[in-house]
Amino acid sequence: MIQEQAQQALSHAVHPGSNVFVRILEWLPLPEWVPGWVITLGGVVIGMSIFLAVMSVLVMFCVWLERKVSGHIQCRTGPMYAGGWHGWAQSIADGVKLLLKEDTIPNEADRTLFWIAPAIVLGSIFGAMVAMPLSYDWWFGRMDLGVFAILALSSTTTIGVVMAGWASNSKWSLYGAMREAAQVVAYEIPLGLSLLAPLFVLGTFSLNEASAMQSGWFGMKWAIFTNPFLIPAFMIYWIAALAETKRAPFDLPEAESELVAGFMTEYSGIRWSFFFFEEYAAMLLMSVLAAFFWFGGFESPLTGALRASGVEETSLLFSVVCFGTVMIKGFVGIFLMMWMRWTLPRVRIDQVMTMGYKYLTPLALFCVLGAACWEALQHLIFS
Amino acid sequence: MSILHQQRAFYGLLTLALLWSLGYGLVSHGAEGLAFAFFSSFTIAGALMCIWERSVVRSAFSLMATFMGVAGLFLLLGSDFLAMAQILIYVGGILALILFGVMLTPPDLEERSLARIAGAMVFVIGGSGLVWKHVTDATESLAVVPAEELAEMTSQDISVGMAFLHPEQYVVAFELAAFLLTVALVAAVYIARRRTADFEPEEAA
Repeated sequence: MIQEQAQQALSHAVHPGSNVFVRILEWLPLPEWVPGWVITLGGVVIGMSIFLAVMSVLVMFCVWLERKVSGHIQCRTGPMYAGGWHGWAQSIADGVKLLLKEDTIPNEADRTLFWIAPAIVLGSIFGAMVAMPLSYDWWFGRMDLGVFAILALSSTTTIGVVMAGWASNSKWSLYGAMREAAQVVAYEIPLGLSLLAPLFVLGTFSLNEASAMQSGWFGMKWAIFTNPFLIPAFMIYWIAALAETKRAPFDLPEAESELVAGFMTEYSGIRWSFFFFEEYAAMLLMSVLAAFFWFGGFESPLTGALRASGVEETSLLFSVVCFGTVMIKGFVGIFLMMWMRWTLPRVRIDQVMTMGYKYLTPLALFCVLGAACWEALQHLIFS
Repeated sequence: MSILHQQRAFYGLLTLALLWSLGYGLVSHGAEGLAFAFFSSFTIAGALMCIWERSVVRSAFSLMATFMGVAGLFLLLGSDFLAMAQILIYVGGILALILFGVMLTPPDLEERSLARIAGAMVFVIGGSGLVWKHVTDATESLAVVPAEELAEMTSQDISVGMAFLHPEQYVVAFELAAFLLTVALVAAVYIARRRTADFEPEEAA
């Protein structure tokens, strides 16, 4: 039976014409004599630039949201002037400023690595985002191993951060890089283990399939409601995700009050902003991953109602609703991250290590075991 | 030659070789050849940079190119699972640990000694000869798996899991490896544990 499922999944995965790159290829009116690789490459370039633009807008919105949320939490108003309504254009103004700023490289820095580091950071987070579907019908790279690909590629950003810290040749940066390496190695384990629990329940690595598995109960059969062990698993995931994205209370690699922005101390201008781009993109990615594996993904009562009224899953309306649902869930997660950042004080490095190795890892293992036992019990009772 | 000139000559030659292999791949096999040339030259260039660089940290960073190139080759063979496992384990885990270990070592900027280079060359040539012989022997005796079949075998998470946990396939090896890793983990904790005697305050004389 499992083999059959595998065959089905394979036929599902190569479903043609839905990848944005492929759609662009079909749309491009090109003469016969153009070689195939030029078309492929062109489609990839155009698709990637669309993707980049969408993600940039989302990240700029995140930056604005962060400033507003932090302002209101501290009884301030945040940006109010740029653009008129509640400073909506503040991120655009910031972007222009960062583009025009002088791009300095310290004399003693390792210039090559100093240049490459932001590219690695940005490239790996974009690589990870490519595996994220926007709806059942809209996706860039639909992989059967979506969550695996996201974890793998987003862990590559660590190397970029370490490279930036080392190449800067400054003691603050080096400390930041050391902390990043130690922290990420410590928290990658509970992150992966806590994700294993919903993977047991849903039985798939693919984000699309995980969402489809939760479509029962009028769009409310979310994984977290079906298995009690997923609640502690989600808490562990959330703590580990905060540590992975270097967000407070785990912002030790930057720690502006002690390390003067840590690995970014020597960076300025647009290169500096690449690191922030990565941070917000990673926040979005982690929140969306939580939405897919605990909170129903594309599914909500709205999609349930659409299904009940006979709307096709491939129709435009359904896709828009799916995209909106997952984005709302993602932004709720981002709001939670911001809320925690402005509420909790930074933990010490030894406390970070203790929590990761001594508490979260065994607890995550316990959750995996518990979730598996619960599923097995359910299977025994109901079948 | 000064170190700067050496660096320039090395990287110039490397870039030329890379461009030549990319062009050759594109002309001979089209887009597929280009992709293969890209990933394999990435792999080899990373390995060469790793032994060329005098600073241990730069060597470690160039290993990233090698690991990513190997992952790309797996992707080209259609085995997504292996590619992602390669990135997750080697780049995200092992390389981060290596960097954590070597980040504070200073670069070795002494003159390159001819004797050591010659010795290294003997080892490299001898070693690659041995590997070459073994690989050719193995490919002659074993049935070569076609790429499509290989992709079907290794791209699916389910088929990989089945292969690992199926009693007739690799379950014993898999469990043994897991057991070995657990033993190694416990041993590492035992060696690195804090000995309370070391930390007791000295008694006042």
